[in-house]
Amino acid sequence: MKDKQSFEDEIKRLQKIVDELSSGKLTLGESLKKYEEGVKLAQGCSAILNEAQRKVELLMKKEGKFSLEKFDDTSLKEEA
Amino acid sequence: MKKNNSSRRIYTVSEITQEIKSILENNFGQVWVEGEVSNFRVASSGHFYFSLKDESAILATAMFSRANKDVKFKLEDGLRVICFGKIDIYPPRGQYQLIVERVEPKGIGAQQLAFEQLKNKLFKEGLFDPGHKRLLPLMPFQVGIVTSIAGAAVRDILQILKKGAPCVDAVIRSVRVQGEGSAKEIALAVEEFNEFKQVDVIIISRGGGSTEDLWSFNEEQVARAVYHSQIPTISAVGHQINITLCDLVADVFVETPSAAAKIIVDKKNALLRELDGYKHKLSFDISEIIHGLSSNLVALKHMLKSPKDRLLEKQQLCDEINERLFYSMQHYLNIIKERAGSLIETLEALSPLAVLSRGYSLSTLLPEGLIIKDAAKLKPGDRVKTILAKGSFRALVEEVNSRVNGGSL
Repeated sequence: MKDKQSFEDEIKRLQKIVDELSSGKLTLGESLKKYEEGVKLAQGCSAILNEAQRKVELLMKKEGKFSLEKFDDTSLKEEA
Repeated sequence: MKKNNSSRRIYTVSEITQEIKSILENNFGQVWVEGEVSNFRVASSGHFYFSLKDESAILATAMFSRANKDVKFKLEDGLRVICFGKIDIYPPRGQYQLIVERVEPKGIGAQQLAFEQLKNKLFKEGLFDPGHKRLLPLMPFQVGIVTSIAGAAVRDILQILKKGAPCVDAVIRSVRVQGEGSAKEIALAVEEFNEFKQVDVIIISRGGGSTEDLWSFNEEQVARAVYHSQIPTISAVGHQINITLCDLVADVFVETPSAAAKIIVDKKNALLRELDGYKHKLSFDISEIIHGLSSNLVALKHMLKSPKDRLLEKQQLCDEINERLFYSMQHYLNIIKERAGSLIETLEALSPLAVLSRGYSLSTLLPEGLIIKDAAKLKPGDRVKTILAKGSFRALVEEVNSRVNGGSL
């Protein structure tokens, strides 16, 4: 899940949970539920940011249609 | 007359004009002329017509479209310029004029002037308006890069992203970044990324170079394409502090391609720190909540007795009452018993038979059988019945003595 929108939604949800938990207005049962959900969200978001899978592609447009071509950037490693 | 006639050289208008034209051309050929532009206009043919003037003279000029298409800056009235061209005659008007081949601004480079003019125009249109600038997304996971895959910029950006933010995907639209037509390619690439839609941010970049090398990024079409981009843009052109129009229009601008990639790496690292902070805060808050509740609980435990304890207490009370009841009953019974005993004795003492047995007798008046306690109730002749301890007898009253008993029997 490396989707900008759903990532932002999860961060917002997490911020809301953090606020709710610190408000002190929840019952113990609700607090535990929020805590569990919050920790899960924080770990999930961190995992996404720590992910090391990346793609490098070239955007091409032929006859009005877009296509992506794999781009090998290892050849760029050496100083050109 | 004839001689006179033959000695006179009569030109036609065209002939004399042609003569002057050749004299002018031969005498001046190509010249440089400095003056101030006035009455500048562009004809529908694309030719420029204007005058060059100074304090005391004015010179008409024409600059044809094939020559003026290379003029980078905007000619306008009041501008001091140096023109290169040849003096010519325009026969239909009988007017001499300068046919301008090249024009450059006086004092300032043509390119610089063009830049300033365009910058001014775009500024007035609001293309640099801070209110128009979009915020970069919280975390761009898909980065579009407009640059040449042959250049150093793409290498710098990809290396930094790979090392610092390997969660980020890159999509490159390779374009020429200098030379004829490059501005058009750059502008088109920005538009195509907007059409493609799948990137979160667009980096427009090229490595360092001379002002001329970076010129494409000063072109109006690039500035407009960047301005109209719906996707946030980062401009990273050159390695020096020469600000391009692309820089001014973009939502964010940095001085180098590496700096553009670093923005994204920094965003990722800041987010990771923020997330760690949230995790700590959540753990801290939940343990505070639990701690608070458990100390409340201890306090309440002291205040409250369990139902079991209360039941035992009640049972004890019951037992106590029960015991007390038992003893009370016992006591009461004893009292009753005692009282009953003394009553029996009293009864026995009061029994008339017991009195009779001691020699007393009981008399009743007949026929009613009322016990006689007072002699005054009797009269002689009354019949009485006397009961003794053993048996009884009837008798007739002879005499009544109603005095109180004298004590002697």
